[in-house]
This record gives sequence, C-alpha cells and structure tokens, in this order.
Amino acid sequence: MAAKPKLHYFNGRGRMECIRWLLAAAGVEFEEKFIESPEDLEKLKKDGSLMFQQVPMVEIDGMKMVQTRAILNYIATKYNLYGKDMKERALIDMYVEGMADLYEMILLLPLCPPDQKDAKVALIKERTINRYFPVFEKVLKSHGQDYLVGNKLSKADVYLVELLYIVEELDPSLITSFPLLKALKTRISNLPTVKKFLQPGSQRKPPMDEKSLEKAKKIFNIK
Amino acid sequence: MAAKPKLYYFCGRGRMESIRWLLASAGVEFEEEFIETREQYEKLQNDGYLLFGQVPLVEIDGMALTQTRAILSYLAAKYNLYGKDLKERVRIDMYVDGTLDLMMVMALAAFKPPEEKEENFALTVKKAKTRYFPVFEKILKDHGEDFLVGNKFSWADIQLLEAILMVEELNASVLCDFPLLKAFKTRISNIPTIKKFLQPGSQRKPAPDSHYIELVRHILQF
Repeated sequence: MAAKPKLHYFNGRGRMECIRWLLAAAGVEFEEKFIESPEDLEKLKKDGSLMFQQVPMVEIDGMKMVQTRAILNYIATKYNLYGKDMKERALIDMYVEGMADLYEMILLLPLCPPDQKDAKVALIKERTINRYFPVFEKVLKSHGQDYLVGNKLSKADVYLVELLYIVEELDPSLITSFPLLKALKTRISNLPTVKKFLQPGSQRKPPMDEKSLEKAKKIFNIK
Repeated sequence: MAAKPKLYYFCGRGRMESIRWLLASAGVEFEEEFIETREQYEKLQNDGYLLFGQVPLVEIDGMALTQTRAILSYLAAKYNLYGKDLKERVRIDMYVDGTLDLMMVMALAAFKPPEEKEENFALTVKKAKTRYFPVFEKILKDHGEDFLVGNKFSWADIQLLEAILMVEELNASVLCDFPLLKAFKTRISNIPTIKKFLQPGSQRKPAPDSHYIELVRHILQF
C-alpha cells in the first residue's frame, strides 16, 4: 500500500492550506510534520529536502515536491480534478491563477505594516467585489452547471470555495450580491469529503492569531 | 490554416517575455498588438477580453487566455515541452516555478525607486548564486544529460536560459562558479529556434528603460 502523502509546514494555513483542501476534497488521507522552530526548518534545509530552501514541501510518490502550484497541479492530475483535456485545464488554470492573486493579498495581510493595513483591506474588498467575484458568478451563470469547468469537480471549485470561506472571515457581507457563488459554496461544502474536512477536528487549520503569527515569523526569520 | 497566436501587451518584457520565449523556442510564429495608450487598455477591458481586467492576453485556438502561468502551461503542453508523463511534468513545474520566482523579483524591481531597485537587483543576483543556480548545476551534474528533465528539451530549459540571460544583465560573471550551467547556456542558445530569437530584429524585447516604465505606470495607473 502506498504511503500517505506527508506535508511539511508550520502548524498553520499559510501556503499549505490550499494543498490540504485539495487532498481532503480528493478523499486522500495525509500526514503532517509540523515545523515548530527555526532549528526544524534548518534541519530540513540541511538534509537537502527543500529544493529551493523553502516550504511547502510534500513527500508523495517517492518525491519531495516543492512549489505550491507544482504540488497542486500534481494532485489535481493524479486525482482527476484537472478537467478532461488541455483546453479545460487552461480554463481551470486561468481561473485559479486569478483566485490565487486575491488569495495572496489576503495571505500577506498579517505582514502588512499597521499604518497601511486599512488601505490594504479596502483594496482587497474592492477587488473582491469588482474584479474577482463577478468573474466566477458570470462563469456559473453562463453555463448553469454545478461546477466551474466541464460540469465536473475540479481544482478550480475547491480553490474557489476555500477562498470564499477566507473572504467570509474577512467580511461576510462581500458575498451578498453573488447568489451563484453562495450556492456553489453550499454545494461543494456538502460533498462528503469536503463536509468531513469542514468538521472540527479535521486537519483544516484556523485563521492565524497573534501568537502563531509571531511563531511563524520566528521560524521563517521574517521581521 | 490555424491563425497565429496573438499577444496583447506593452512593447516590453514584463510578464509576457517568458511567453514570447516559449513560443519562439517552439518555432511558433506569433503576432503582437502593443498597448500604447490608456484608451487602448480600457477598450480591451471593456470589450470583455481580459478575464480579470489584466494583461498578458494571448489569443490562441479560439481562446482568450490570460494569467501568465495558465498561458505558459497550455503552450508547454501544446508544443510537447512538458515532459512525457506526470512525474516529468511536476519536475518541470517545480523548476519553472522556482525560476519564475527569481525572475519576478527582477521584473518588479524595475518599477521601484532607485535605491530599492538596486537592493532588489543585488538580492536577485545573490539568490541566483546561492539558491537557484546551485540547484540546476546539481541537477545537470547528477544525470549528466543535455537537458534538465527526461533527456529532452522542455519548458524548464527555456525558462532557465531566459533567467540566466536576465541575471547576466545585472552581473555578467554570475555563472563563473557554474561550469555546467555555462555549457547549458551555450548549448540551449545554439538550438536553431532559440538562436534565431537571440538575433537582433527578433520579437525579443530589451530590458525596461525609463520610457517603458513611465508608459506602464501611466497605463496601469500606479
């Protein structure tokens, strides 16, 4: 029996969370080894386990995979969450890259200097309702199907639903004018694998608090 | 006969240059429409071609593709530059993502104030020498083959060559400790399609100058 994928990261969302979501949605059990200190990270680097000295790193199928996108694309292909052909894959990639731009803005918010934070939050909200949400609402409206691409669950749906939860944490009112996005969120959340992942006690990580932010900054040597 | 791919971007490198490299290396002829005014940009946005209101945009195979990586992955697959199976593809993805991380620091540095720009350029050279180039030198050393993945020319080779040439513009001796990368650079540069692209008069774009930076700032309003 193949070993379970093993995720190396700190005990928090960061750049690993979307990988956890995709594995969970695909019904794949995985293990996690948490980096708790700068020394843990140093050891991984010295062992030669991190190709570019960075995490996320996922041990899977005999490889030590790094680079978030590379990992997501591998998992999506392996578990049939990447469309049926090249053109569907291009659509999925295009949608996810757009989502990733918004995701990245929110991800980096805790590192924003306090005096710039309000402006950053305002920008995120503006982009959410003017640039990103309308695109996906329109895609769902245009074909009337349950999933973004090819009438089948893909990496795009899983990533979008994760993003919808994150945006909801920032401001629950942002999704108000997007009924089809709301419906997608409910529908995907009710898939058995995703439903399980959304329960307390799963490997899903909570939003970062002050304490875990300080810990992460220390591990990654961020000022 | 299929229409040539059409690229919509400013007349400069930015986020489109890697796409030009990939098409050129694959021997694919392409057309370009250069965005030179704010009005042109707004028209593209209003006509609904730009999914997220942004360029690069590539019209190909009946699709209006945006998002640099989505475009690059599609082209790599279409022109057989993406390895022979999933395991080769993920290696190409890993190498390319690392290389693109390095190149992005440089591309964005051009738009920073002079002091920060110099700092970022210095950081790029340092990262190239300590984090990225050693990895690729080792990969080439370990398998002794001509190309990074699967003994066959792929997107990974093109992306690395582009990165090497860009970093060399900052520091001409950056490859001095990397003999295999030096040989790689020569070898890949001599591939006929790439050799052609490296000639003057090709669609390859020069490094950004102050005119380009001002134009982009004006059009994108930042």
